[in-house]
Amino acid sequence: MFKLKSFKGGIHPNDSKRFTAEKSIVVMPLPSKVIIPVRQHIGAPCEPIVAKGDLVKTGQVIASSENYVSSLVHASLSGKVIDIGEYPHPVYGKCLSIVIENDGLDEWVETANVDCDWVSLTLDESLTKIRNAGVVGMGGATFPTHVKLAPPADKKIDTFILNAAECEPYLTADHRMMVEQPERIVVGVQITVKLIGAKTAYIGIEDNKPDAIVAMKKACEGTDIKVAILPAKYPQGSEKMLIKVITGKEVPSGKLPMDVGVVVQNVGTVIAVGDAVNKNVPLIERVTTISGGAIKEPKNVLIRIGTTFKDVIDFCGGFKEEPIKVIMGGPMMGFAQSDLDVAVIKGVSGILALTESEVHTGKSKACIRCGKCVEACPHGLTPAMFAILGEKGLFMEAKDDFHILDCAECGSCVYVCPAKRDIVQHIRTSKYKIAMSNAAKK
Amino acid sequence: MSENLKFENQKFTVSPSPHLRSEDSVEKIMWTVNIALAPAALFGIFYFGMPALITILACILSAVASEYVVQKLRKKDITISDGSAVLTGLLLAMCLPATIPWYMAALGSAFAVIVAKHSMGGLGFNIFNPAHIGRAALMVSWPVAMTTWTKMQTTVPDVTSAATPLNILKQQGYSQLIDTFGSAPAMYKALFFGFRNGSIGETSTILLVLGGLFLIYKKYVNWEVPVIMMGTVGLLTWILGPNGYFTGDPIFHMMAGGLVIGAFFMATDMVTIPITKKGQAVFALGCGLLTVLIRLQGGYPEGVCYSILLMNCVSPLIDRLMPPKRFGTGGKN
Repeated sequence: MFKLKSFKGGIHPNDSKRFTAEKSIVVMPLPSKVIIPVRQHIGAPCEPIVAKGDLVKTGQVIASSENYVSSLVHASLSGKVIDIGEYPHPVYGKCLSIVIENDGLDEWVETANVDCDWVSLTLDESLTKIRNAGVVGMGGATFPTHVKLAPPADKKIDTFILNAAECEPYLTADHRMMVEQPERIVVGVQITVKLIGAKTAYIGIEDNKPDAIVAMKKACEGTDIKVAILPAKYPQGSEKMLIKVITGKEVPSGKLPMDVGVVVQNVGTVIAVGDAVNKNVPLIERVTTISGGAIKEPKNVLIRIGTTFKDVIDFCGGFKEEPIKVIMGGPMMGFAQSDLDVAVIKGVSGILALTESEVHTGKSKACIRCGKCVEACPHGLTPAMFAILGEKGLFMEAKDDFHILDCAECGSCVYVCPAKRDIVQHIRTSKYKIAMSNAAKK
Repeated sequence: MSENLKFENQKFTVSPSPHLRSEDSVEKIMWTVNIALAPAALFGIFYFGMPALITILACILSAVASEYVVQKLRKKDITISDGSAVLTGLLLAMCLPATIPWYMAALGSAFAVIVAKHSMGGLGFNIFNPAHIGRAALMVSWPVAMTTWTKMQTTVPDVTSAATPLNILKQQGYSQLIDTFGSAPAMYKALFFGFRNGSIGETSTILLVLGGLFLIYKKYVNWEVPVIMMGTVGLLTWILGPNGYFTGDPIFHMMAGGLVIGAFFMATDMVTIPITKKGQAVFALGCGLLTVLIRLQGGYPEGVCYSILLMNCVSPLIDRLMPPKRFGTGGKN
């Protein structure tokens, strides 16, 4: 166990974790119906393999794809498929979804909940189980885990890092899992380390979660897993910052963690890996933080995939004041929702209902070149220029002279901007225009 | 469903991430700088009397009125409450002699706001520090009024003088300068507390430094800028002394003229200086070098205003040549 030097840049927003940091995870009663989108991951969308009127069991595959970079979708409760059609989606706007009406029995498929011993399984057997269980990165990126844990042969992986930084304000789901069920995390890490052939494994935890550090240290006793204590600062949980702080390596501009021999996984993901490999349990539920100043009873909740935001917020007592924004994920990188009809998908680490006094909106003004965004940018960029060039439509200059493609959209620049400029919005537009222009050249 | 969900059917604001912003704002920054300048300005009114108050009011009112009229004519949002026009007026007044006729002060202030600020596009787009442009405009328009100082009692009994310490140094030499104040320690004391001739707001070193430290504490100013600018002036004036190398008086030069107000409040003007810390360091170094060049070799006794204006020209170039170090590039840009 050791304490590390922080990365350059970053910000210290009010972490607002007090709402839920001490609250044990509660299991939400199953809703009357679930809306399960066929696309909950990065990669090829799945096709439904059930039809309207079919009876399905909990854990049954209901949508699949032949594509390797994809992830299976399972029924998250037992009951009848009452509709297959377009429904609101928290990330993609609308998405083909399978609606299942709860029969109240929660009857599981026979193959699930069978005890296995991961130590005796071959790598391929384990990877197949992970693929069959539909495991994706649960921090929000939702990249298929069976792909990430099978890096190309020319990439030698020596280090595994469990991303337990949870640097986004408000979110405490990973924190509570570490405090309450550290053994499940350790098993998941051990399976992952074996799959990727890493020699060293770290669990990186920010120093604002002392109880999680104690619990993980205790659970790691007798293993080779090291707990790394990270100075709390946003965006410590950004992969490249996490790798830099723990290993000292900088992932080169435009490259991936595996190019420096590192694989990073989120807490929820290794737990899902453990469940998939050890118990044949598919990813049909997740722990999510429901918080924000407008929520009556903020909670950390174990929720079945497909439960609507409306049902989840009702379970948390509803709203006590008027929310101005409802966010899927954390407040720095999450997605704003226009209403509560969207469903919880695999990547939903939090549902936040924020009040006006929490978000500090304001009219966007001209840049006064104060340089706060430059100081805050963990990637050493000049964010002010992205907004200025974006306004003028000079997208290629933003790419060639100011390296806009290095930007991870962490939002630190917008947070500190006194002129309330929408820098990240300009960055996204610019990246899109650059991609279109590249596509046109081909 | 209960009434707990009374907001359930409403639509929420949808906008790109991030959804949290700090409480900082342009208004907060501008008004904080005004407050940081206030002690030195009040001292100027106390020391130079009613003419100083009239000059300050003329500049501020003219700046605010000019901004209002320009924005009204251009059909833009009126932003006179953001504190930036007040700041331009106040800064200009603090760099003027108290005896200047009020209409000249008002015209200089209007020129600063209309030409230096709004003809460039308004706050954030101006290349030059507006207050310094206003001062430079007055300097070429009414050079006599701009260099006529209040006749006042010096620290030596029965001696009055209508010259600034830098004027005396330029025209009569260092020993005469000491004689005016009685002794070197007496001179340092007068410069430190502000009991010396000069522009309204530039005399009190201690009050300006305290205001500057407040801005550094508020993180609106990087400490490197005033330290490097004043350090460069001190070091060079010491080395390039009147009687050969290392015979200069750095303590005098660092507190004289408009260096303190320039280093803490003008060379730190966010809009017109480089955006990175290392760029700002180069900027401050250049300001220091040019100030010394003008003071020791130029026709003017003081060079702070022109040094900062000249360095304002190269701020965009410094930003181009000195980008921040990018993550994952092994030290290269």
